[in-house]
Amino acid sequence: MLTVHTQSFAHGVHPEELKEQTVGLPVARLPFVDRYVLPLSQHAGAPSEPVVQVGDQVQRGDVLARPGGFVSTTLHSPVTGRVRALAPRKHPNGQMVAAFEIEADPFATQQLPRREPLDWAAMELDAFVEQVQRAGLVGLGGAAFPTHVKYRLPEGRRCEHLVINGCECEPYLTCDHRLMLERPAAVIRGIEIVSRLLGADHSTIGVELNKPDAIDALRAACHGRTDITVTGLAVKYPQGAEKMLIKALFDREVPAGKLPLDLGMIVNNVQTMAGIADYFDDGKPLIERMITVAGPGIERPANLVVPIGTSVRAVLEYCGLRAETRQVVMGGPMMGQALASLDAPVLKGTSGLLAFTEAAIHHDVEYACVRCGNCLEACSNLLNPQKLARLARGGRLDELEQACVNDCMECGACTYACPSGVPIVHLIRTAKATLRRRKGSR
Amino acid sequence: MSTLSKTLQLRTSPHILSGYAVDSIMFNVVLALLPATLFGMYVFGLAGTLTIVVATLSCVLSEHLICVSQKRRSTIGDWSAAVTGLLYGLTLPPSLPLWMVAFGGFVCIGLGKAIFGGLGSNPFNPALVGRAILQAAFPVPMTTWMPAFAENRFSWLPPSTLAWPFTEPVYDGFTSATPLSLQKFDQVATDAGQLALGMVSGSTGETSAILLLLGGVYLVARNMMNWRIPVSIFVVVFAFSGLLHLADAGAYPSPLFMLVSGGLVLGAVFMATDMVSAPMTGTGCLLYGALIGAIVVVIRVWGGMPEGVAYAILLGNAVAPHIDRYVRPTVYGTGRRRGAAT
Repeated sequence: MLTVHTQSFAHGVHPEELKEQTVGLPVARLPFVDRYVLPLSQHAGAPSEPVVQVGDQVQRGDVLARPGGFVSTTLHSPVTGRVRALAPRKHPNGQMVAAFEIEADPFATQQLPRREPLDWAAMELDAFVEQVQRAGLVGLGGAAFPTHVKYRLPEGRRCEHLVINGCECEPYLTCDHRLMLERPAAVIRGIEIVSRLLGADHSTIGVELNKPDAIDALRAACHGRTDITVTGLAVKYPQGAEKMLIKALFDREVPAGKLPLDLGMIVNNVQTMAGIADYFDDGKPLIERMITVAGPGIERPANLVVPIGTSVRAVLEYCGLRAETRQVVMGGPMMGQALASLDAPVLKGTSGLLAFTEAAIHHDVEYACVRCGNCLEACSNLLNPQKLARLARGGRLDELEQACVNDCMECGACTYACPSGVPIVHLIRTAKATLRRRKGSR
Repeated sequence: MSTLSKTLQLRTSPHILSGYAVDSIMFNVVLALLPATLFGMYVFGLAGTLTIVVATLSCVLSEHLICVSQKRRSTIGDWSAAVTGLLYGLTLPPSLPLWMVAFGGFVCIGLGKAIFGGLGSNPFNPALVGRAILQAAFPVPMTTWMPAFAENRFSWLPPSTLAWPFTEPVYDGFTSATPLSLQKFDQVATDAGQLALGMVSGSTGETSAILLLLGGVYLVARNMMNWRIPVSIFVVVFAFSGLLHLADAGAYPSPLFMLVSGGLVLGAVFMATDMVSAPMTGTGCLLYGALIGAIVVVIRVWGGMPEGVAYAILLGNAVAPHIDRYVRPTVYGTGRRRGAAT
């Protein structure tokens, strides 16, 4: 079939996809390990509040902590075992944060207790929002924003269009791709539940065209339905950013500082949809997720279902971590976080673990900006990154605000494209943090 | 494993880069210029070769010495001084006294680049700054040309080449006219095909339009050059001179002649596209190219000199920051133009 026009957004970059290591590998399950570390804060918003005591026995799927507010969510035990500690533990962001440490019971079957399917069809929206919060669901694309918050529609607002993100535009990562291939029915089921309860007229799944098999699988799974569309999109980074996804699908722009809901849309990741189906049909809360383990530092790259709280070290050693590894990144290579310690756990928002050897790490040789304009061509928000970087270096905060620094989503495309090696997005990130602090102190 | 943790490197994202570094782009510009350079050496023999070599060396050496004198690490490794020197050499008449070549090379780097803060800060193309100052200081040597394909060119040097510094160079019996000056002052047209191949008299490396275009295509294919600038220049020069030619074919040269003569291809492909001194946005580059194209035609047709590419590009450079100021993309979701101003 000839595609005459490929839907996309303005600008962006084309990093090498590097997905061939894992794209053909069916999802396997990581064996249970002895210990799990579950930070109370692994989502955007307030930390969860503990409801179990140290020493308590917990079943797989039991609630460990309840939401600490509306913008917060529930935390469940990924295994049957005993609460060993509630103490500061290493978080992937480098800080020590309060976390549960669960010791797995080596004799437990680790079967999830069977629960009755929830009668969601009869639910009010408020009850549904509460159930999603109980499921502990967060955006599984990486941002880890509590999913139920998106579903509480403000007075007078309606979600006309449910947008599902199956782009997976980060290099290396293939777990969303494998999910769409292996469990398309779960994705469609989740969409069915959410769109019905939100009263959405239509749902659209956006998938990059480098996953034709996933597009086919989803289309087959929603065959004959007129309320769900699967749309192939140009292969371009950051296609998976929700504002770019909306631009590509509908050629509409979310107003600066607003949410997709201002256009009557809600955007969710495909894994989040499968998580909805798992919870409402099987009673399984968010206790595990799919991640991609890849990179030149990994001997046996894999797509794995990993219980939340598994240490990064356990995952990497299972996949054969090479001794030459010099950098480990949680997430994709464009936006992911380099880890200081392999003791940090896999979180709800972890989409991948990448290990890089010395040869694969870029070194910081910086030339002066040569005004080539590559960063302007890369920025899908149509900002002027080289100017922002220059203002950020000079600490010129007011001018930064005027130059729309807060519209930057920190996707890193500018820095990727810069021939001078200027750490543009890093400068912008620190300047934005300074601006937030300044705002807070006023 | 504990040793691994100790050696883990921390960096902020992105963790992969496109791999286009300034030095590799500059090196590829040198590669792209090689065919035209070698052809220039062949056409103008020993004199042409010496001109290019001295021009390049003087620029690289100036860059190195300036860095050393400022107690900074030498920046010749980024290849940008080499690009400047090579381009500068290619624009010079092959019989130019070598001391003038070396002096101009120092001007390129010193006044064209270092004085503004080095790479990335120069408002004008450094190679053209050097050339323009030579043109003003030494008008006669800069417009005296040796013939192409002189028979003894590999064993003989024009007496001007080795003239002592600050002496009047001697030009006896070997000078030739360029196609542009023939056209302008004697109304003699040169065949455009001969021009495209570079079988004519002129500056060392600007005569072969085809080889220069080849280099440009290579850079565009490797995504290392903004194609909008040369395309816009060519279109405007062709259209503008075409209109004039249609109006009065006797008084104005044909558009094809305008495209392949003089330094237009070298300037449009390799000089106007200097990233530092050109605008940053796509639209801005189209405007900038159009402006340069129009000035080239105006200077060639109505100006006092037969050729004006160098000045047209310098004027374009001067306007580039203002183009960036007014041509800005609309920030996503704002509907207003408040993004790019530099």
